[in-house]
Order: sequence, then C-alpha cells, then structure tokens
Amino acid sequence: MAKQSVLVPVLVFAGLVILLGFGFRLSDPSYLPSQKLGEPLPEFRLPNLLDESQWLTEADFLGEPFLLNVWATWCPSCLAEHDALTSIRQQHGVRIMGINYSDDPIKARRWLQDLGDPYDYHVIDAKGTLAVDLGVYGAPETFVVGADGTILYRHVGVVTEAVFEETLANRLLSAADQL
Amino acid sequence: MIVELGHFCLVIACLLAVLQVAMPSIGLSRGNLLLVESARSLAAGVFVFTLFSFGALTLAFLEDDFSVAYVARNSNTLLPWPYKVSAVWGAHEGSFLLWTLVMSVWTLLVASFSKPLEQLFRARVLVVMAALGVGFYLFLLLTSNPFERSLPFFPSEGSDLNPLLQDFGLIVHPPLLYMGYVGLSVPFAFAIASLWSSQLDVSWARWSRPWTNAAWAFLTLGITLGSWWAYYELGWGGWWFWDAVENASFMPWLIATALIHSLAATEKRGVFKSWTVLLAVFGFSFSLLGAFLVRSGILTSVHAFAVDPDRGQVILAFLIVVIGGSLLLYSVRAWNLKSVVSFDRTGRENFILANNVLLTISATVILLGTLYPLAYEALTGGDKISVGPPYFNAVFVPLMLPMMVLMAFSQRSRWWSTDSSVLLKSQWPMLGASGALGAFVSWLLGGLDLWVAGVGTLAFWLVLNLIGELRRRVKGRSSPWQRLLKQPLSVWSMVLGHFGIAVVALGVVAAVMVSEETDLRMAPGDVETMGQLKISFFGTQAVEGPNYVADQGRFEIREGDELLAVLKPEKRRYLASQSVMTEADILVRFGGDIYVALGEPLSEGAWAVRIHIKPLVRFIWIGGVLIALSGFLSLLDKRYRARRATNDAKAVTETQKETVYG
Amino acid sequence: MNKWMLSFTLLLALPSAATPLSPVEFSDDKLKARYYGLIAELRCPQCLNTNLAGSDAMIAQNLRETVRRLLLEGKSDAEVRAFLFERYGDFILYQPRWTARTYLLWTAPGLLVVFGLWILLRKNRLRQRSPAVLNPAEEARLKRLLDKI
Repeated sequence: MAKQSVLVPVLVFAGLVILLGFGFRLSDPSYLPSQKLGEPLPEFRLPNLLDESQWLTEADFLGEPFLLNVWATWCPSCLAEHDALTSIRQQHGVRIMGINYSDDPIKARRWLQDLGDPYDYHVIDAKGTLAVDLGVYGAPETFVVGADGTILYRHVGVVTEAVFEETLANRLLSAADQL
Repeated sequence: MIVELGHFCLVIACLLAVLQVAMPSIGLSRGNLLLVESARSLAAGVFVFTLFSFGALTLAFLEDDFSVAYVARNSNTLLPWPYKVSAVWGAHEGSFLLWTLVMSVWTLLVASFSKPLEQLFRARVLVVMAALGVGFYLFLLLTSNPFERSLPFFPSEGSDLNPLLQDFGLIVHPPLLYMGYVGLSVPFAFAIASLWSSQLDVSWARWSRPWTNAAWAFLTLGITLGSWWAYYELGWGGWWFWDAVENASFMPWLIATALIHSLAATEKRGVFKSWTVLLAVFGFSFSLLGAFLVRSGILTSVHAFAVDPDRGQVILAFLIVVIGGSLLLYSVRAWNLKSVVSFDRTGRENFILANNVLLTISATVILLGTLYPLAYEALTGGDKISVGPPYFNAVFVPLMLPMMVLMAFSQRSRWWSTDSSVLLKSQWPMLGASGALGAFVSWLLGGLDLWVAGVGTLAFWLVLNLIGELRRRVKGRSSPWQRLLKQPLSVWSMVLGHFGIAVVALGVVAAVMVSEETDLRMAPGDVETMGQLKISFFGTQAVEGPNYVADQGRFEIREGDELLAVLKPEKRRYLASQSVMTEADILVRFGGDIYVALGEPLSEGAWAVRIHIKPLVRFIWIGGVLIALSGFLSLLDKRYRARRATNDAKAVTETQKETVYG
Repeated sequence: MNKWMLSFTLLLALPSAATPLSPVEFSDDKLKARYYGLIAELRCPQCLNTNLAGSDAMIAQNLRETVRRLLLEGKSDAEVRAFLFERYGDFILYQPRWTARTYLLWTAPGLLVVFGLWILLRKNRLRQRSPAVLNPAEEARLKRLLDKI
C-alpha cells in the first residue's frame, strides 16, 4: 500500500472527529425548528370553547399582535405554565389565544373554572387539525403572531416570566410597532 | 460501607492497570523478563478488583440503597430482584462499569490462554489492552462514578427502572453485546502489538483468529437478541429500525465479519496483510464510535443514555487518541507492507477480497446515513433532516444481494485458483433448482412475491453450494457419512455460519414482504377473520403484577374449528413511574407468528387492537443464533487445542493441510 | 429518559380523552396498504426516533388520523408527504428528499461501489505471478518428488 493511500483513512477519521466535535454545539436533538415562521395563520373554523355554538376563524383574531398557546388538560407542563400565563397577561396586557388541543371540552372548561382563565379567546381543536397545520409537535407550545396574522416565533415548552421577557416580549413589541 | 469499598476497588483496579501498562513496557525496553511476565498476573488482579467493584454495586441495588444516586435513579423497592440486578447496567454509569468489567475479563482470558504466543509479543498485546483499560477506568472514576452518594438527603424510594427494560432480553442483551464490542479489542491489540514490534508476518493473524471469532460470535448473539427483544417488547412488530444505536452495533459487526475472513486469508495464504491490520483497527474503532454515539447525547435514539455532553467530549478525546494513534502507527510501520499477490482471479482470496470490499462499503454507507443528519444540521445552520429505514433499506439491500451471490460461488472456490468448470458449469443446475425452490417458498407463503422468490433463490443457491462443497470433501472410497463426521470443526463452522445467513435472508424477506397487519376496534364478542384464521376477543380483566397493574385481554385464535391458542396481551401501568406500557402476546407458529397487542381502550369495553401476521420472522433470530454458534464452534477446532510443546509445529501442519485440501 | 416519561405520561391520560383515536378501518385493501406504508416512513415529531406506526404520542395519533383522512380524500402518497413536509419540514420524512443538500447522501453508495470495483480491478491487474511462488498443490507435488530422491 502506498504511503499516500494510508493518508485516506487518517483524513477521513479527522473529518469524522471534527464533525462529531461540532455535534456538541448543535441544538438539543429533539428540538424542531418551526416551518411556519413568516407564514400566515392557517385557515380554520373551530368552535369556541366557552360557547360551542359559536364558530371562530383565523380572521377573528387579527388586528393586534397576540400570543397563541397550545394547551390541554392531559398535559402536565401546561399546568405548570398556567400561573405564568395568567401573570404575564395581567402585567403586560398581552392578548392570549388558547387552543385546546386534542382534549375533552368539558374537562377543559372545568380546568379553566378551577384554575382561572388566562386566555382572551378559546378554540377547541378536538382532532388536532389546527395543531398539525401549525406544525405543533407537543404541548405546550406558544406562538407569537403579528397583527396581520403572520406567525413570527414559536416557543416549545413551558413559558415562564423569564422566557416571556427574553424571547416573546420584544417580538410582540416590534410587531406592535409595525402597526 | 460496601459502596465505598466498591469504589476503592475500582481505584485499585485502575492503578493495577496502570502498572500493567508501565511494568511490561519497561521490561520490554530493558529486556527484563520478570517485568514482562508481570502483565499476566496483573491481569488477574485487575479482574478481581473490578469484579468486587461490580459486586458492590450489585449489592447496593439488591439492598435498595437509595443513598447511592445511581441506584435511586434506576431502581425501586417493588422491582423484582432479577431486574434489580439487570438495573445495574440499565443506565450509563453502571453499564460502563459492566463494559470495563468485560474488558478486564477479556484481558485475563488473553493472559491465561495465550501460551502458544511468543512471550514478548503476548506482553505487548496485554499492554495495549491494559492501556485501553486505563482509559476506561479513568473515564469511570473521573466522570461517571456509579458509586456517588447523594447524602445527606436521599430518597426513600427510587425512580424505578424504565418498564421497557424490565424484561429478560434486557438482562442478557447488554452483557452479550459488550462481550462482542470489547472483544474486538483483542484483535485490535494483536494488530497494534504487531505494528509496535514490527512483526508483521502472519503469526499474529493465526493467533488472533479464535479471539476474533469469539468476539464476533458474541456480537452476533447480542444483535440477534436485541432484534428479537424489540419485536416482542415494543408492541408494533418491528425488529430492526436502523436506529443510530442499532447501527452502532451493526457497523462493527460488518467489519468484524470482513476481519474474520481476512484473517483466514492472511493466515493461510499470507495475503491482505495490511488490509487485515486495518480491519482489526477499524473493528474496534467502530466499537468505540458506537459507545460514543450512545453516550454522548448528540444523536436522538430511544436507546441512548441520557448523558451530558461533557462526558461525550471525554469519550471523543479518547477516540481521537486510540484511533488516531493506531492509524498513525499504521502509517509509520505498515505503509510499505506488501503481500505477494499470488492468487488467481478465481481463487478464494479474490472472493474474500470482493466480499470484504462490499462489507466495508456497507459499514461506511451506514455510517454516512447515521451521521448525515448531524452534518446537515451543522452545515445548514440548524435545519433538521431525518435519515431512516427507507434510506438504509434502499442502500443496504443492493449491497447485500451481490454479497449473497458471491457467497454462493465462493463456497466452491479453492485457495489460489479454482477450476472454472467447477465454478461455473456446476452452478447452472443449482441455480435452476434454487429458483424452483424459491418460487415454491413464495407460493407456500401465499402468492408469488418476486422478492421472496428472488431472495429465496439466493438463499437456496447458497445452501446447495454448501452441500456441494461438503460432498466434494467426503468424496473417497470409505463411507462418505464417516468422512462427513470426521470433517474438522472449522469446516462445520464455516458451513453453519453461511447456512445461518441463508436462514436470516429468508426470514427477513418473508417478514418484510408477506406480513399482514391491521389496527381495528374490537368489542368483547367480536371476531376478526384473517385468511384461514379467526381471532375472537373476549374482553379484558384486571390483573396485578409484582410492580404493576394491567388490563389483560383474552383472544382466542382458531384455524377452522381448531383452537390454536389463547393470547393474553396486556396494557400495564407501572406503579412506581406511573408509566403505561403495552405487552404484546405472540403465538409462534411455523407458518408465521400471530402477534396481538392492545392499543387504546375505547368506549363500551371495546379496545383498539393491533394484529400482525408475520411469516418466517423467527428465521431471523434462529439464523442469527446459528451464525453465532458457528463462531463458537470454530473455537473448538483441534488446531487450537494442540499442546504447548509441539504447538507451533502442529498448528502449522494443520493449517497447511487446510490450505492444500481446503 | 425524561422524554420517555413525558410521552408515557401523555399515554397515561388517554383513557380519559373524550375523542380517542378510532382504529383504522379501510374498506379498500390498497388504501390500507398505502396507509401502513406511509405511517412506517413518517417520523413522529416528538419521539426519540420512532415512526408514526410505533408511537402512541398524541401528535402521532393526530398525524396518523391526518394521513388516513388525506388518503380517503384521494391524495397520492407524494401529496401526503408534501402536506406533512410543509408543516414539519424534512424531519418528518424518513426517506430524505432528493435535493442539492442530499446529493452526497444518495450518490455516495454508488460512488463507493465504483471505487470498490476499481480497487478490485487494480488488485487483479497487479497480480505478479513470480515463478518462485508455487500454489499449494504444486508444492505438495514437489515435496513428494523431492522425497523420492
């Protein structure tokens, strides 16, 4: 074997090592970036959780930037973020739309009664069709949506005061500024 | 107290391993035979102390000592005691202690059973293995100590072992796999020792063969068991998913398969010397890479241990030192290593070369597919991509098929050169017969599936060639059956190994192409008809296990009027972790497994039920076991049992006989 | 470990869900085969490397139902994949698309085989049959002849 051809495995190995080294700087392997950023809210026609005879569409929410929160009673993390959502809404006057995802509306209403209702609007997404259209992959998820219905940002996981201040607040503000 | 003793023993084992590197090395450079021989006794010491350490951790589990953080994370008072023992290797720290124990076992075995080896060479081999061991001990002690206590506040109850791991398969699967992974360090050490001593003749190949065969056999068994376990445990009938961690075991297996064939050619014909050294290095390198992938957290897998990236970086550094160092040593010492290429196009060496090229390409392609998402994300700044079974199947199958063709031909090949009439003309009738048999099997399984017929043809063709080769060996005046029984074990192991491949191939193609599945709603009293079978559901009842409660369904399987079996799949809720798990029940039949699992409970006592019919799926694991057996069988060949005094001479004579008649 | 716990906890809550996923019923066998084929090659976005067939996570159930609905609407396999790709990106497709970014992935196996063939051909052409090298049969014959002398 010529000396040159011996270099091949060494070089390949070096490349491999560099790649693996880079692997540590990458994001959590289970984190998925959203494909819907910059796109408008998907079309939907779903019943209002608080009044199931009323049907809401995406047009009903336009006009002002808002937060869109995907939640369910079977999701323990949603319980964890509930208080934070309430206080964010109170302190910052943010509009929050709640999508009740793949859930039992009766349980959902009771949950809101018992724990308080941090949402301005409610929608029942019983089959998860809106969630799928949004590219949701697990509850809870929170989106920042502009006044014209453009999806600006997605946060996966529990929202806390800190999360709001660091990532959501400024996006809401800049969306409001553009009005 | 026992826990601290266990920790202390681990430290001592590490120190002894350091001595095992230093003393023989000094002895080698100074010509001091006493120091050189110390490698062997130190191996015993390292093993004993590591065993004590492992025993201490096991005791901590059996006594529910939740002040040890690792025990608290992986065990529970309700856990049945066999699972408390297997929980020792249920997560990263403990499984790495097992890995290190297995390393000490192999080192001791090499130290004890290498009498035929030349003294100085054996010492070098042991020094290399001890050096690897030192790396493992340091990693354990400095970053992954299983004995850490969480005092003063510790839980009174543990978090429980993941219910998926509470199973027999999981008790046996990691130890077998580790015996394989770590066992590949033996041919690695032999190769490094021969580079180190510049003794690049064929004797290292001869003596590393039994070790390589053993490691390969264990790895085969570990992979087979893992696949079987996934099938009956995971609830959806799958048995191989090309998951990163599964690939991490398959890549070294492919390289090890190439290695065992290359070693045979190097020993018997003196060819492929540099290939064989490289394959030995690559085999263990893939083992280490696999360990890295599983424990670093950079790839997503259900199998991956949850480890922090800092530990992953330490493993990566270890990888760089070991593999980079070996490749550099190779480039310095072996770059001008030339074997005399003295074989004909039709010689067995050529078939082995072609197959090894295909095996190495397969391993490389699987590596590419496994790491591609990582590279993609790194180079595109965060975009994610998935490379899964459709890709791997699409690239691996076209590589496997020519390998099976070559395997069939090569059974009739002789070293150096083969009479082309033997090679070619005798193949046509065999191919015809195989085609007929393949079509027949396809028809038996219900309809003419081209894949089943095609792969069936290849499998039968391989088997017919094996029979043809056996017939050639027993030709003679005396009774052929007697001569058959007198064939050396190495011949039987070769026949068994390749036969196992044919069995696996048939099982795979049948399970993939001819299986049926259905998800349906069944209420108590419902009957589902699938072909000749009637599956009746009789509702569920609540049952209690040692650490779980479950809804157990009752299904009766009938063929015509005959009751074949009653299946009782369960939906379990484990009390400690409150996690819910499906436990399928399977009827094993020759015509195909009937696999029933409970999905979600629906209204009015009905359930979502998943039913699979999987023909010949058992062949996959039966074949795997046969292949592993063939590896173990080769260890018993008489050339390895020759006594010390006449050892080399006798062994060489046996090998020469093989070469002439083989 | 944590992710397993989460998805199992989600599973735990299932019996209480008011709209449980109905089991799959297809009147058409071909549609059924296409359904099972698709859910095997689509990835569950939440799980640790499982396909839609093997996962009981809520989103996997929703996506299975989505696939079923699309198939019943008459969409082709490619259209189903495109639908999910729009929402989840390449991640959800276990079979990577053929794009400029995946040329290497799909062509590498073929290129390696070509390279392998080249190595084999080179090795065969470099065959030097030096007269001093005898094959084993010839060696044995020579030995017998020499023994007679």
